[in-house]
Amino acid sequence: MSSWPVDIDTSPSRTLQLSEVDEVGRYCHLGAFHRSRTVAFARRFGLFVIGYCARLFAMLLIGGFLCATLVRLSPGYGVSEEELDSRLNAESRQALRDRASDQGLTAFYVGYWVRLLHGDLGTARSLRAPIEELIRERSRETLTSAGLGLLIGWALGLPLAIATVMTRSAAIKVSANVLASIMLCVPAGVLALLCIIWQAPGRLVLGLVVFPKVFEYARKLLARSAAMPHVITAVAKGLSPYRIIFWHIVPPALPQLIALGGISMSLVFAAAIPVEVVCDIPGLGQLAWMAALGRDLNLLVVISLMLTGVTLLANSFADAFGNRKPMEAA
Amino acid sequence: MRRLGFFVACALTLLAPRLVVGQSELRFCLTSQPKTLNPIAVDDDASETIRYITGGVLIRLDRSTQQPVGELATGWRINKAGNAISFTLRPNLRFSDGTPFTASDVAFTIERLMDPDLHSPTGDSLRSKSGKVETRIADPFHVTVTFPAPVTGLERLFDQVAIISAQSPKKFMAVLGPYYVAENKAGSYLLLKRNPNYWKRDQTGRQLPYIDSIRLDIQQNRDKELLRFTRGEIDLINSLNPESFDLLKNRAPGMAFDAGVALDSEQIWFNQIPSSPLPDYKKAWFNSVHFRRAVSSAIHREDISRVVFHGYAQPAVSLISPANKIWFDQKLKPHAYDVKLALRELELDGFRLQGDTLRDRGGHPVEFSVITNSGNKDRERMAAMIQQDLRAVGIRLNMVTLDFPSLIERITRTFNYESCLLGFVNDELDPNAQMSVWLSSADNHQWNPNQKKPATAWEAEIDRLMQEQASALDATRRKRDIDRVQEIVWEQEPFIYLVNKHALSAVSPNVRNAHPVGLRPQVYWNIDQLAFATQPRRSQ
Amino acid sequence: MKQLRTAALVFLAVVLLASLLAGVIAPAPYDFQFRESFNAACSTRHLLGTDALGRDRFSRVLFGTRVSLLLAPAAALISTVLAALIGGAAGYFGGRLQKVLMSATDLSMAMPWLFLLITVRAMLPLNTEPAVSVVITFGLLGLLGWPAAARVVCADAAKLIESDFILHARAMGCSEVRLFCRQLLPNLKPVLTAQFWISIPVFILAEANLGILGLGVVEPLPSWGGLLQELQSLALVTGRPWQFASVILLIATVTCFHIVIQREKAES
Repeated sequence: MSSWPVDIDTSPSRTLQLSEVDEVGRYCHLGAFHRSRTVAFARRFGLFVIGYCARLFAMLLIGGFLCATLVRLSPGYGVSEEELDSRLNAESRQALRDRASDQGLTAFYVGYWVRLLHGDLGTARSLRAPIEELIRERSRETLTSAGLGLLIGWALGLPLAIATVMTRSAAIKVSANVLASIMLCVPAGVLALLCIIWQAPGRLVLGLVVFPKVFEYARKLLARSAAMPHVITAVAKGLSPYRIIFWHIVPPALPQLIALGGISMSLVFAAAIPVEVVCDIPGLGQLAWMAALGRDLNLLVVISLMLTGVTLLANSFADAFGNRKPMEAA
Repeated sequence: MRRLGFFVACALTLLAPRLVVGQSELRFCLTSQPKTLNPIAVDDDASETIRYITGGVLIRLDRSTQQPVGELATGWRINKAGNAISFTLRPNLRFSDGTPFTASDVAFTIERLMDPDLHSPTGDSLRSKSGKVETRIADPFHVTVTFPAPVTGLERLFDQVAIISAQSPKKFMAVLGPYYVAENKAGSYLLLKRNPNYWKRDQTGRQLPYIDSIRLDIQQNRDKELLRFTRGEIDLINSLNPESFDLLKNRAPGMAFDAGVALDSEQIWFNQIPSSPLPDYKKAWFNSVHFRRAVSSAIHREDISRVVFHGYAQPAVSLISPANKIWFDQKLKPHAYDVKLALRELELDGFRLQGDTLRDRGGHPVEFSVITNSGNKDRERMAAMIQQDLRAVGIRLNMVTLDFPSLIERITRTFNYESCLLGFVNDELDPNAQMSVWLSSADNHQWNPNQKKPATAWEAEIDRLMQEQASALDATRRKRDIDRVQEIVWEQEPFIYLVNKHALSAVSPNVRNAHPVGLRPQVYWNIDQLAFATQPRRSQ
Repeated sequence: MKQLRTAALVFLAVVLLASLLAGVIAPAPYDFQFRESFNAACSTRHLLGTDALGRDRFSRVLFGTRVSLLLAPAAALISTVLAALIGGAAGYFGGRLQKVLMSATDLSMAMPWLFLLITVRAMLPLNTEPAVSVVITFGLLGLLGWPAAARVVCADAAKLIESDFILHARAMGCSEVRLFCRQLLPNLKPVLTAQFWISIPVFILAEANLGILGLGVVEPLPSWGGLLQELQSLALVTGRPWQFASVILLIATVTCFHIVIQREKAES
């Protein structure tokens, strides 16, 4: 007990006043703090969105220009098969050549973007049809094929990878290996032919093309996760296999798996080209192939921009989710 | 009465689905989407198919007899000068949308076709000289078309001129042929329905065509096409490759048809362009007729026919195929395989075989490349066989496959190639269609185009003969000139002709009146007369 | 499992030896055409029959193994190394460098590099040796095949950089280069080996598909890819199981490599 005399102010009102002042002040301070936080967040988010859109636009510009350069400078640009038609006279052949020639790469590209920003996608020279119409007609096929391809690829690849990691059976591991190797080694054309013979949908081929890549990467990532000490502990503690997989093995590998998801989207769209050509699916992949054979610059630039956009968006999404801290085991 | 009407309505309702199912539909495939449905602007195979099936023409070339037959025209007369043709039109005909057909439609079509800005192969075939083409309408069923200069083989050229309507609001979609385009799903299929106003009737008076509709699926994959045919999903395949033909023949011999040799040919030529970026010693080789003859004699054409085309081809002779009964020079025979003759020809030019390598006068080993279009298995195999054949005379051949645009650029723009293996697709019987190949000043004169004056005496002679036959109206004189051109080409071998392929096709036994021939379109040339023996049952 | 590994090793050794001794073992030159017996079935004279030009398929498989077994792994190695360097650097340094590198990677994935291949092919002299042409083709495939793997490597590296062992190494004064090369790269091995093994058959098939555009292995030089192309014809495949020898060999080789490498990893 203190011997020092203390001058204690026991006036409750003052205390109350003080506390009220404190509370109000705190509340005011908190409110202002929250408001400023919200404003700051909104500002940051807005800047982020603007920055992201600017970056996306810049990438599209660069990607389109690179594509245009590759096509424009490739051999065979500006020639058409019709020139070999012996029925055409010299004037017609010259007219064909004049029609195919353009004003130069930079001028073309600037003019292209001006038209594009006005909503004019131009005309496909090789198919003599408006590009917008072609893309509209064929997008559904490709989106269906790609969606199915991703679904089948992941539905086969990920569970098989998990099974390979969890099992001790050499037979299962080897069988999974062999299955993935078969799908990697058999050409898409042969798979398509088998689908035709067995009257299976040609879209299945996309899934079979994506599956071994998903399986291979996922298996490596999950195997590394499974070798972590916390997993060994979990196993020793007698946790159920499902808990171990979904709580201790998959989470540490989740960022990379999400990155793989982003890549597999690009892979499936790239794989769509040969698969649609072989299986005669009238999608964007087949269109891209015809455009490539015909050196159709307008169409190729549009398709390239679409593919760039899809790749960027898919990978940005993967980055956004993948950059969160994964759940670490205790 | 009301009850009767009610019962009739019920009966019709019950029967209607059966009536719909009862409509016959012929199905086959196109390898690509038609680029245009406008018959006068056609320049690709798929569009030509649509034009053939839907277009009404004044004169049709009968593919089996190779003779012109009147269709929309009941008669025609070509004047003595050979630059005008007068048609008597079939009266009381209507387009598919009901618009009447008259001489003004013919005039309108010709006017559109001969528009210099159109640049269509059909129009250019009729354009022997620049100048205005005039049409004179005597009355609604008589019209005369006058050209600025004589046009050789004029009547046969009208086989490609499908008449379009001058009045119809549907423009070129209103047709006079047996079918019209009812549906066009880009990249997927086209549906053609019978033209209700088609003029032709069979001997019993029944209106043609027999088949109600045609579905053309866009199918690039030939294997899928064959599988669908064997399953009965499609009724015919217009053109089969030899391997598929053999497969089908083994399984169902009655469905596979070999119509004999066709008009197309496969050949190699050497780059003889003086300004090409080749070393001088190679230019000297390629310009030498002895060298070309030696290479020709060293190539085993029978083996190529047997191995690459499974016997469905025959060694080619010259620029005209034996399938062209009117113009082929029967006196000429294919160059025989003779290695000794090849070596003798080479010795005449100072080439010497040293061990396994042939060397020229300057000691250069004889080695050159041949370009051909990638993805064409037959040409790649031919080139591989020629590689082995030329090794027997010490020549080393390098095969280079290029995608088609790159190849076209080399042979038409940069001329940076040594030799080229390609084929000629001939749709026309008249050799006048090949003028741009044989005239030395033309840009399709592949081995040395756009010459200001003929580089060799034999090219000058070919120029003279081709121009002479182009203006001659006497068939005998033309034949003599063309025979002489064939002989010169056979001797000088600017093109080393390899093979003429056969026309192979497949037809379902359920399809009646199909008589495949060597001229295009092989199977459905008489599309309005094709019929089904029994109504096919098919799912959509 | 040990027997399996031994069997895989033996198989790989046999394949490698056979390809190296192809000139001795092959019953006929790979390009010689037995024109009287094209598309022939298996026989004592032609163990795997003949192809459409009458060339002995067994000889072509032997010589093709040499081409593909040497060049496809080399191309896969190039693409894996590039993925490791670019993806690893992006993940290691993070920040702006990661953004720039990953943007470049995304762009690379979307570009039609086919036209670059066509352009390079056009620049080569027409009389280029088939062997030179095929080396260049595989080299280009290797140089263009890294983007997809670089992304996964980057994500992996970005995660690894926060690991304890990296922190320890930094705390002990490890230089950046040593940290990258001795600490990070070895831990990226699982992803890199996955990339490597996937790339081998992918490049073999890519070479075959490029043949459609004239960019693959030039005739008459055989390759696994070219042999696989034979299978894409219905007429040739039906009723001729011996034609699947090339794809069975490829599958077996890739699988055996997997088994051997997995086992080595487990032992290490």
